[in-house]
Amino acid sequence: MKILVCISHVPDTTSKINFTANDTQFDTNGVQFIINPNDEFGLTRAMWFKEQQSATVDVVTVGDASVEPTLRKALAIGADKALRVNMIPLDGFSVAKQLAKIVQDEKYDLVIAGRESIDYNGGMVPGMLAELTGANFVNNCIKITVDGNQVTAEREIDGGKELLSTSFPLVIGGQKGLVEESDLRIPNMRGIMMARQKPLTVTEAIDSDLSTTTNKFEKPAPKGAITLVDKDNLDELINLLHNEAKVI
Amino acid sequence: MSILIYAETQNGSYNKSAFELASYARSLADQMGETVTAVVVNPTDAKSIERYGVNKVLEVKNPSLSAFNASSFASLISQAAQTSKSSIVLLTTSADSKFLAPLLAVKLEASYASNVVALPTSLSPFTVKRTVFTNKAFGMTEMNTDKKIIALSKNAFGLSEHVVSAEVIPFEPTLSETTQKVAGIEKATDKVTIADADVVVSAGRGLKGPENWGMIEGLAEVLGAATACSKPVSDMGWRSHGEHVGQTGKPVAANLYIAIGISGAIQHLAGINSSKVKVVINTDPEAPFFKAADYGVVGDAFEVVPSLIEKLKIFKSQNS
Repeated sequence: MKILVCISHVPDTTSKINFTANDTQFDTNGVQFIINPNDEFGLTRAMWFKEQQSATVDVVTVGDASVEPTLRKALAIGADKALRVNMIPLDGFSVAKQLAKIVQDEKYDLVIAGRESIDYNGGMVPGMLAELTGANFVNNCIKITVDGNQVTAEREIDGGKELLSTSFPLVIGGQKGLVEESDLRIPNMRGIMMARQKPLTVTEAIDSDLSTTTNKFEKPAPKGAITLVDKDNLDELINLLHNEAKVI
Repeated sequence: MSILIYAETQNGSYNKSAFELASYARSLADQMGETVTAVVVNPTDAKSIERYGVNKVLEVKNPSLSAFNASSFASLISQAAQTSKSSIVLLTTSADSKFLAPLLAVKLEASYASNVVALPTSLSPFTVKRTVFTNKAFGMTEMNTDKKIIALSKNAFGLSEHVVSAEVIPFEPTLSETTQKVAGIEKATDKVTIADADVVVSAGRGLKGPENWGMIEGLAEVLGAATACSKPVSDMGWRSHGEHVGQTGKPVAANLYIAIGISGAIQHLAGINSSKVKVVINTDPEAPFFKAADYGVVGDAFEVVPSLIEKLKIFKSQNS
């Protein structure tokens, strides 16, 4: 089984979000970058396939040289080799096209991506990649098991979950559930040393037009002061929710 | 030219989000001098969406589409867009719509913007406002292709009635066999889902253990609310992952979000930020949630919540 895990390089979940250059660019000053959490659940599940079902696991990201520490971390966690497409990712469709080229050239059975990145939240790359390569697709995937070419997957739906039977080639948009939070791996020293020896190949991007451009950002309006209600006067809370906020 | 919406149903009835989508489409169509077409699968009353300004309904009746299938549904919406000569297709941000949207974008060679929160800020260049950084900011996104797919965030636009008389036309898309099949669905039918709920009652570690969730469910019941929880609660297995709201869980865009015993980590606040009114109940007045909420009660959940349930029951009996 050949697995490709798509990794997005994103600001840490605790980051304060600011913009610079007249609100046209994300301010990376003081921001620590991590493997996108949805991708990390997928990477960890891929490690299980490697250890239990002899899968090979490659990781890929689209980005400039600044994303390489994130790829090295994925190698330290246990991926076999890493690929970087040298392009600044500005829109989901152009990223999906870069990945589609790699998937078609290398013929992966299973592509694991996160359901969305926590920075631009487009939620489109995995599905577009599946459609571009003619693969099956499961979004919001919370469980996947493989038996030969028979794949069983679960996806989260509104208010429950759905069980799907599917087959390779397959792309999943994964999330928590593929593995638990406690299954996530912190690279150990041996993993980090080994990662330095593993191949990290850089390829140039293929031509693709941007279908969207995001060139202006805004922060939400500052929040008004809170109205505190005494715990012994809950009728007042009900009154405020009914007459002022009009939500009950 | 007509704007196309994919109107979702539950047991044959239109979802509230379908009506919200129709309201949005109507406003956009008026700006652009277009009409509104809806495509719907196996509805019981296709015409009823005319109340929100839909001029034409493409009604698909096909028992093989009784279970959702992203590939077939993307294909039928793509064919509907050709039939209605639509360059703009509108979707909700439900799990199903987010599943099919990227497939549809490739089929139509359309640009796709998800989590859109308002009418376009400009029609030329066509620019939409969407949430980014998991609700910590907004981005203005220009859509550069002729065809465009917009997924509207729940509760971002609201309902606005605009009664017209809709023409209902049977629509029979050509569908190919799919290799991916639904083998089963597990869904609690008697509970309000976080995606549909107007009110969400959410609790965190402050509840001390899963055995104490009875009062959270009690509060949810009296408010007709969905129940949710913080990340540590789902990580410890006190509640199912399906209830986890926040950055790596589900987003919440309810009218009212009540957080009980949740301190308000930045990741949690990001996920629930789109909710209109937030109430926090917590023993610790220094909890970050007090800076993010509209109303707060400093107090012990084990005293406040049972008392609030009793008072709400009295309130409901007087106001219904």
